[in-house]
Amino acid sequence: MSIAEDTPPRKAGFRFERWAPLILLGGAFAIYVVVAVATGQTQYLTFENLIAILSRSIALGITAIGQTFVILVASIDLSVASLISATAVLASVVMDGSPAMIVPAVLAALVLGGVVGLTNGVVVSGLKVNPLIATLGMSLIIQGALSAFVSNFAGEVPVEFQIFAYGEVGPFPVALLFLTAMAVIGWAVLKYTKFGSDMYAVGGNDEAARFAGIKTGRIVVLSHVICSVCAAIAGLYLASRLRSGAPWIGSDGVYDLESIAVVVIGGTVLAGGRGGIWGTMAGMLIFSLIDSVFNIAGVDSFAKQVLRGIIIVAAVAFYAIRSKRIVA
Amino acid sequence: MTDRTDAPRDKRRLPQINPVWFLLAALIVAIIFMNPGFVEPTGYMNFLKRAAPLAILAAGQVYVITSGGFDLSVGSLITLVVVGSSMLTNNDPTATYWVIPVMLGIGLGVGLVNGLVVCVLRVPSLIATLGMMITLNGLAFLWSGGAPRGYLPDTFRFFGRELIRDVPLVRFIPVSVIVLIVVVGLLAWLMHRTNLGRHVHAIGDNPIAARLAGVAVNRVRITAFMISGLSGALAGILLGGFAGVSTDVGTGYELQAITAAVLGGAQLLGGRGSVPAAVGGALALTAIFTLLNFLGLPQPVRQVVQGLILIAAVALAMHRRKQTGT
Repeated sequence: MSIAEDTPPRKAGFRFERWAPLILLGGAFAIYVVVAVATGQTQYLTFENLIAILSRSIALGITAIGQTFVILVASIDLSVASLISATAVLASVVMDGSPAMIVPAVLAALVLGGVVGLTNGVVVSGLKVNPLIATLGMSLIIQGALSAFVSNFAGEVPVEFQIFAYGEVGPFPVALLFLTAMAVIGWAVLKYTKFGSDMYAVGGNDEAARFAGIKTGRIVVLSHVICSVCAAIAGLYLASRLRSGAPWIGSDGVYDLESIAVVVIGGTVLAGGRGGIWGTMAGMLIFSLIDSVFNIAGVDSFAKQVLRGIIIVAAVAFYAIRSKRIVA
Repeated sequence: MTDRTDAPRDKRRLPQINPVWFLLAALIVAIIFMNPGFVEPTGYMNFLKRAAPLAILAAGQVYVITSGGFDLSVGSLITLVVVGSSMLTNNDPTATYWVIPVMLGIGLGVGLVNGLVVCVLRVPSLIATLGMMITLNGLAFLWSGGAPRGYLPDTFRFFGRELIRDVPLVRFIPVSVIVLIVVVGLLAWLMHRTNLGRHVHAIGDNPIAARLAGVAVNRVRITAFMISGLSGALAGILLGGFAGVSTDVGTGYELQAITAAVLGGAQLLGGRGSVPAAVGGALALTAIFTLLNFLGLPQPVRQVVQGLILIAAVALAMHRRKQTGT
């Protein structure tokens, strides 16, 4: 109690930006409930179904957590989709049905992710190439190299590794718990470590951060490595889910653009320096809720696409409209 | 910083030539080396004809890039234009005369919406045009029911496919090349000889300074998006002419247009860009693809090469900027 009296009152008023993702999430959930009730399909309102909705977007969620890190430092990563395909194929080829090869395969995938992230980071911060171009180029290189070697499902994932995608602990899928753990770790890193606060500093104002003694290049490289490793994990998850790796799973899921959209809907600013993991998680939930609404309402798949495009823009406009700044 | 590079020495130097022209020249020499037939009109005119849609697209894209944004929606706009034209003309050759203006109108409209979303709703252009890209793709599918039917009448395909024969010196000129020259000439004039072009550069360089200096920032930005949309519609009309109707004609063109503009020295996030150089970039990109084709390299390798060139071009540009200190 005494603490409350001692500390000066926090800035009064409602901090809209902080709550916007939650408001959007609440809105999406309300629409979901209303549509389910209105169409008389109340079986969609059960706990099991909500879990099922969540587990559909695990790969997107993992990728988006990584994407949050790069966007926070005012960078961006378009290479995640091809990296997901590449790591899924790599892991499934290395495993090739043998449980003994699980650990080497996972390590290989993570190392590939790390190397790609390191390259991205060095090209962006060292050569000063615009991150959009650098990672787009990287994406072309990965996709090209990948399709030079494989054109179809390659390798086989042993049953033991499929636990990652299909295992359950009580009512919760393993993958969902894993995603939650990743989100908690990401949140803790951003909130409680020096690296986390440095990231916000670099994203907010690169030059000021450098003058404050932060090694900005290192921060950018590290966040790119985190992003690519997250994409590699998403690739491993998809390999486990599909029981084999295919060179198109990343680009088919449009994980590059969708992860960016999820992050931005979650309130992380593309210009960097503002946002966080929980917003991204809210963004992921919004995305999967919208998809479920479309499914329940039986919206035509082409109309679904049209609505999705409009919803992405509208959701971002929901808070961007209040800013007075001129956006890029 | 600027004191060291004193003015007189600068004047005596040769005028700076954009490196994209050297790249283009080197590529063309390489193509001629691989295929001597390229010096014949059939060779280079076909090359120009193939490059025309991308070049027009790049010339429009450079407006948006120079003003500090991106336009990712042009690829799916091309698809929408091609699919929409085939639906509207409905195999009726006389319909072309009103369908083409409608398509150009759609292009302008898409640009207007992009611009309004960016300026009024303050959505970053990357997200705004990404949303537009998804929406337009969906609309194209919706319009055609997933499988585009019919084909485009010859009157419509005239612009993309026909040749004007019996021209002195070059024997023939494809109509698309004439369209290319006219459009690029107009856009280059607008960018480099009018106040609109100066305003586009100013708001890309420093939007706040431009606003304080009295530039109608929103109006100029919206105009830039509309020019890009118009160029997308034009590119769609040309592509419909020689590529025919499908729901993926435009796929990937948005990134190729950005690549072309960047190869031409346009600076992402604004302030620097040239229409002729962007066209040079588009020609260079097409030349690279042609060359890789001649070399018999498979599609994956072409992708890798495109990625490497993209990164190298921007890295080189940044290196030069650091050296000149601008």
